[in-house]
Amino acid sequence: MSERLAEQLFEFIRSASTDLPSDVERALREAQAKEAPGGPAASTFAAILDNVGMARRNVTPICQDTGSMIFHVHHPVGLDTLAFHKAIETAAERATKSVLLRPNAVNPLTGKNSGTNVGLNAPFVTFHAWEKDEVRVKLMLKGGGSENVGTQYKLPDTALGAGRDLKGVRKCVLDAVYKAQGMGCAPGVIGVGLGGDRSTSYLLSKEQFFRRLGSANEDPELDAFEKQLHADLNTLGIGPMGFGGRTTVLGVFVGWQHRHPATYYVAVSYMCWACRRKEMTLKNGEAIHDPA
Amino acid sequence: MIRLEIPIPEAKIRELKVGDLVHLSGIVVTARDAGHKLMVEERPRFLDDLLREGVIYHCGPVVKKEGDRWTFVAAGPTTSIREEPYQARVIESYAVRGVIGKGGMGEATKEACRRFGAVYFHAVGGCGTSIAQSVKEVIAVHKLEEFGTPEAFWVTRVEDFPVIVTIDSHGNSLHDQVRAESKKVYEALVKG
Repeated sequence: MSERLAEQLFEFIRSASTDLPSDVERALREAQAKEAPGGPAASTFAAILDNVGMARRNVTPICQDTGSMIFHVHHPVGLDTLAFHKAIETAAERATKSVLLRPNAVNPLTGKNSGTNVGLNAPFVTFHAWEKDEVRVKLMLKGGGSENVGTQYKLPDTALGAGRDLKGVRKCVLDAVYKAQGMGCAPGVIGVGLGGDRSTSYLLSKEQFFRRLGSANEDPELDAFEKQLHADLNTLGIGPMGFGGRTTVLGVFVGWQHRHPATYYVAVSYMCWACRRKEMTLKNGEAIHDPA
Repeated sequence: MIRLEIPIPEAKIRELKVGDLVHLSGIVVTARDAGHKLMVEERPRFLDDLLREGVIYHCGPVVKKEGDRWTFVAAGPTTSIREEPYQARVIESYAVRGVIGKGGMGEATKEACRRFGAVYFHAVGGCGTSIAQSVKEVIAVHKLEEFGTPEAFWVTRVEDFPVIVTIDSHGNSLHDQVRAESKKVYEALVKG
């Protein structure tokens, strides 16, 4: 399976790096229309949309920071996950050679860049067996600038006056987005993970980025919470790149998981406006990409 | 929109104000974390002529090599604040007139801009492909082997590179203004 699969994964990476999802582009257009023509905010959105179109036409990376690759693979019982992982690494190497990805895997001890985007936990891949007879692959390219403004809270938080409830969670998110200013390449998408432990809360917060902008939360209470928080965050006035403006975030998505009685973590992850994520299904050897 | 040729004389820099839209043309040198550390700790001489009244760009590009010729494929700005511990000394010691990046910089850089006549130019983050169109030529690359692609010093010739002045040479910062305004809203939201 591996050569054909590596080729399919290469195409998948190419599409993630060069073709911004349509819901994100639409949200950026709507944000542009809300700004005064000629000002820094409007001209920034114009530059962003111009770049998105050019990257798609030229098949070149939307952003030179092509991020860290995060793959989630759901698969039937019995899939050879070692071979699948190898195919992902082959595809990543090829995509790097084809300048669709910048080499972004650096050894923290030596400072040496692997040059291929392959290294320890690079790409980061998780496998999950399921009952379906098809493989589902999700990929996110997570930029470093936006990763640096992500943060995690442990409730209760005395400094914020945040307790172990949604009111407290709201304070955490407001704090994180205020502190991020434009540094995560605003307007960003905000992913929030409630519960779990230190590591799983961050994972859950990033999984939220696979939700399409404007999609409703399955939980009615969380859905209302997300919508109100989205509106509130956009009154901060931080705007695109932190130049000031009416759109500071493109969306807020909250997921939860069970927690240990002694802990209550709130992880807030920030995805830059270049929200690069793709999903595809592999069935009978065919790769079917989700509609852009 | 203001057009500026690099090298930029101090008088031209002093005319710039926060919020000005500028198109830059001339030699621009990329430098990131490893580059700034080197410029401060070892003060190499090979950058002197390139940076005198010149412009540094916080960028780790995606590059392509065909034969001996390099081109930039995607080249938007990286987060500048990581260079805050070094930037003021680099501006002073190399007589830099402009720093291009994203996200703004801190008090020490703002003060160096005021004292030595420099500005911070903000490019639009994420616009890798379109900004690469402004990079007309890669003239040279330094420290490529040692630092890797993103961190190397790429010496480029740019034409009409679009930027916005967000820290000027008079002590003003758009980032300070936006932070102060958003802080008021934040405090009201947290109380509500």
